[in-house]
Amino acid sequence: MKIDKNTINKIARLSRIKLDDKESEDYINDLNSILDWVEQLNEVNTEDVEPLSNISSSILPKREDVSKDTNSSEEILENAPDKLEGFFAVPKVVE
Amino acid sequence: MSKSSLKQTLKNLETKKISIRELNQDYLKRIKEKENLNVFIHFSEENVLKQIDNLEKDNSAKKLKGIPIAIKDLFCTKSMPTTAASKILENFNPTYESFVTQKLLDEGSIFVGKTNLDEFAMGSATNTSFFGNTINPLSKENEPLAPGGSSGGSAAAVAADLCLGATGTDTGGSIRQPASFCGVVGIKPTYGLCSRWGIAAFASSLDQAGIFSHNVEDASILLQSIAGFDQRDSTSAKVDIPNYFENLDDDLNGKTVGIPKEYSIDGTPMEISEIWDNAIKVLEKKGVKIKNISLPHSKYALPTYYIIAPAEASSNLARYDGVKYGFRSDEIDSLDEMYENTRAQGFGREVKRRILIGTYVLSAGYYDAYYLKAQKVRKLIADDFNKAFKECDFIVTPTAPSAAFPLNEKQNDPIKMYLNDVFTVPASLAGLPGISIPFGEDKNNLPLGIQILGKHFDEQQVFNAAVSLERSYE
Repeated sequence: MKIDKNTINKIARLSRIKLDDKESEDYINDLNSILDWVEQLNEVNTEDVEPLSNISSSILPKREDVSKDTNSSEEILENAPDKLEGFFAVPKVVE
Repeated sequence: MSKSSLKQTLKNLETKKISIRELNQDYLKRIKEKENLNVFIHFSEENVLKQIDNLEKDNSAKKLKGIPIAIKDLFCTKSMPTTAASKILENFNPTYESFVTQKLLDEGSIFVGKTNLDEFAMGSATNTSFFGNTINPLSKENEPLAPGGSSGGSAAAVAADLCLGATGTDTGGSIRQPASFCGVVGIKPTYGLCSRWGIAAFASSLDQAGIFSHNVEDASILLQSIAGFDQRDSTSAKVDIPNYFENLDDDLNGKTVGIPKEYSIDGTPMEISEIWDNAIKVLEKKGVKIKNISLPHSKYALPTYYIIAPAEASSNLARYDGVKYGFRSDEIDSLDEMYENTRAQGFGREVKRRILIGTYVLSAGYYDAYYLKAQKVRKLIADDFNKAFKECDFIVTPTAPSAAFPLNEKQNDPIKMYLNDVFTVPASLAGLPGISIPFGEDKNNLPLGIQILGKHFDEQQVFNAAVSLERSYE
């Protein structure tokens, strides 16, 4: 078993997702079966193989480095759940 | 149900056989009749009527003027909310328009609504949506079938004739598989052909926009409209976009088709092998050379995909934190509590599962064993195709390992669900263009799709092979 209670808690914390006990149990099972299944990749010899991260076969074009007005702060804040005087607002982080 | 094609409708509009208003009222009527299918997350008749009013005042000639199009609810639209089928974006109203939808608006199309999908495009049955299942329009009464996914709403919208075309996105098969399940045409172009700017990101090294339509000709018209370079998507390719429709040529004489032996998988239903054989026979009659090819790493495509896609998703979905937009939990005693509760309550089960697995495979100590390993296998899969395409012009395979299955059938076992993508994922990993066209039925008269894959940016060859097969089937 690769994923135990401690591991799932750690991953959940890294992901900033709160899990209850029932969910933790379910995800421990799910993740272990998925990780067992992907184990088959170890059959493949990948010595000296370059990892492929981007499939773009064309050369990525560059653009002129000029500034542009794309968004106003009002637009950016329009969907914020909470805002205050032109800023995003969040719960207090320092006492 | 006789469905008019986009091509014919454009002619009817031009010759004034029908007005834009009459045309769209016909579609509005059907949309209201078919509400039970739950195709749309957002539909507003008033909004459609407003678009008709505006177009009637517009005297300029436009390529798709008045054409009703449905938009997958993963594309940001200014005129309608955009949810990605997630509670976390339930109340999101974009202040900008995606590249693809802007192109369609510029050409005068009318957006009839935003279609349902699997939450953040993660699924193969449109059953992970926060807004409920979409029902496959081909279902018999009391036996609801899944439309496939993730773009199930768009595929269903075309199949039920609620629009003349629809947008979709395809990361591992999310256009081709639902097209196969719903008996419509669906094309995922080459990675980089259409800008993803304004599309909610899932797995950025794989995501690509595409089209659903009633037939191949219509798909060729619509794909041309949404393709093109955009500097706001750094993977957008600077390539010339041919006039796919004008260049359509169903004469395949002298071409070579590749048939990959690895796509004969144990347990594939007989009918699927039969339609595949049938397609090969039809091509042979047309003077196409049949070449048996090998894509030896095909069987590793799914596990590779289910490392890479969740890894990228875990990173892309970090932005949904309850600060900038969308849902925020009420339980917010501290900043961390706010993040953790917002994401716990805002994301559904499948999305959380993928974020967790993605976070694990990227975490310290496991990155090399999983993510890096998967990227190396991905290279081998892409190389397989490069080699194969030295010997053939296009590749033909089945689209999906089954016809549409009953709603909710495969929900509990994630790996069983992932197997739906077995024929579509390899080409996604290699960034290749692929189309699914209906090419037969199973014993319950449900449609089965054939997939045609082409070389990078050779959509024209894909369309030519597809139109040729389609015309011989009809």
